[in-house]
Amino acid sequence: MKPAWIIAKRELNAYFDSLIAYFIIVLFLSFSGFFTWLAGNGDIFFRKQADLNVFFGVAKWTLFFFIPALTMRQLAEEKKTGTIELLLTKAVTDRQVILGKFLSCFLMVAITLALTLPYYITITYLGKVDHGAIWSGYLGLLLLSAAYISIGLFASSITGNQIVAFLLALSIGIFFQFLFEVIAGGMTGFIGELFSTLSLSMHFESISRGVIDTKDLIYFLSIVVLGLYLSEISISKR
Amino acid sequence: MDILIQHLNKSYGPQKAVDDISFEVKTGEILGFLGPNGAGKTTTMKMITGYLPMDLGDVLIGGQSVKTGALKKQIGYLPENNPLYLDMPVMDYLAFCAAIQGVPQSAIANRVLDMVQVCGLGAEKHKRIRELSKGYRQRVGLAQAMIHDPAVLILDEPTTGLDPNQIVEIRELIRKLGQEKTVILSTHILPEVEATCDRILIINKGKIVADGAPATLRKQAQGRQVLQIRLEDAGVEDARQALANLPGVSAVEISNPDELRFDVQSHPEHLSNREIFELCVQRHWILAEMIPLETKLEDVFRDLTVN
Repeated sequence: MKPAWIIAKRELNAYFDSLIAYFIIVLFLSFSGFFTWLAGNGDIFFRKQADLNVFFGVAKWTLFFFIPALTMRQLAEEKKTGTIELLLTKAVTDRQVILGKFLSCFLMVAITLALTLPYYITITYLGKVDHGAIWSGYLGLLLLSAAYISIGLFASSITGNQIVAFLLALSIGIFFQFLFEVIAGGMTGFIGELFSTLSLSMHFESISRGVIDTKDLIYFLSIVVLGLYLSEISISKR
Repeated sequence: MDILIQHLNKSYGPQKAVDDISFEVKTGEILGFLGPNGAGKTTTMKMITGYLPMDLGDVLIGGQSVKTGALKKQIGYLPENNPLYLDMPVMDYLAFCAAIQGVPQSAIANRVLDMVQVCGLGAEKHKRIRELSKGYRQRVGLAQAMIHDPAVLILDEPTTGLDPNQIVEIRELIRKLGQEKTVILSTHILPEVEATCDRILIINKGKIVADGAPATLRKQAQGRQVLQIRLEDAGVEDARQALANLPGVSAVEISNPDELRFDVQSHPEHLSNREIFELCVQRHWILAEMIPLETKLEDVFRDLTVN
């Protein structure tokens, strides 16, 4: 697993070197900060509850858009410039390359989310906080990010064009984020159940309410494993 | 480590890129891979590195198949077009390559400095690769291929984009490395193969059409000796007649009557230098010049690859 870690470190350095990292962090904090604390209607002061549900709801959407921007470059650019050939002829397996790329994006998101911990500290001064719910909310965000990263990597692995990779990741993501839930709402019986199970938002909400169910964990991990597996297959075709 | 290539086949759709190629490269040998564009050089090299899967056949390095992927650490590869991470500084990039090739953490810094020195990157080592000229990028490409001290070097057109001085330096470097490593390099610059390679392999349309040392190949294609001579104190027609009557000579051509220049072709497997000299002594002609005309590698290449 060492090669995967070496790749992850390089990718992470590349984010911080090219200022993409700072740009993403600043934008993410501005969006989530504004809606959590300043938006007026619907913010924490309006709700008068010492929890971070507002933040989790906003972060769910911000990450939905930001993660494809992080992942689009990962494999598409390497394919376009040909560096993928150099990378894959080094002493690494296809799987280690994919894992390394995944890890770098995941760490990038984790660093961004870690910078919102002052929100948590702030609300502990504002009222009685359900600490378990906060931590499981963060866990939910990390799981959701992992799922979208693996979808984004898959999108990036099947094209040499970053814009295509970005849009493709969004269009796959929108089903999990939103459309499966809508479809499930219009159906009854088994099909309704099925789509409601597929909906990422449903699983995310139950975790962000503080209920950590193995079913939800398995759901997120399945998306991650499937996405990474398909990416691996995609780069092994050459 | 010896490289053994057995019945290698690769098709892209209906087009056969590599058609049943077999050859062997011994340790300490520098093999020049020649061929016109689209002959299958790059495809073959990609299969040797294990990047492209082969349809049929196998590549054994030191007796082990590249299909297992376990040999990657033994191979240094410089791809065509030299793709690099342009945003990275040279030193960081080389350190990354060393780490990923399994060079121990404690040895990485030294290896990087070695490579910077060997490839003449000293003045550029802190720049980002994007800022380097093509020649320096090529050096970075060579440095990353050699950073883990591999037993086998696969270099796809290593001297493209280099200026004449750099080409000489890189050739010397490859020659030096070739003493203990196995090197396969592709190129279509013919003087380059003559200068660097012990052996040449010419492929055309996916098949091997010639295999041997540069001198052997030239001799094979040549067959018969051609001498260019210049005489003094002789009559044109008289000299032509006398030369043509020599037993070893098959044809005489007057290339410049005013200067008394002749192209004398010998019978196959026959050298006529001695006969010509003796004729001149006999007739009291001055033999002012006698130059053996060599078939150039360019001619060999053209003969074999144009049909």
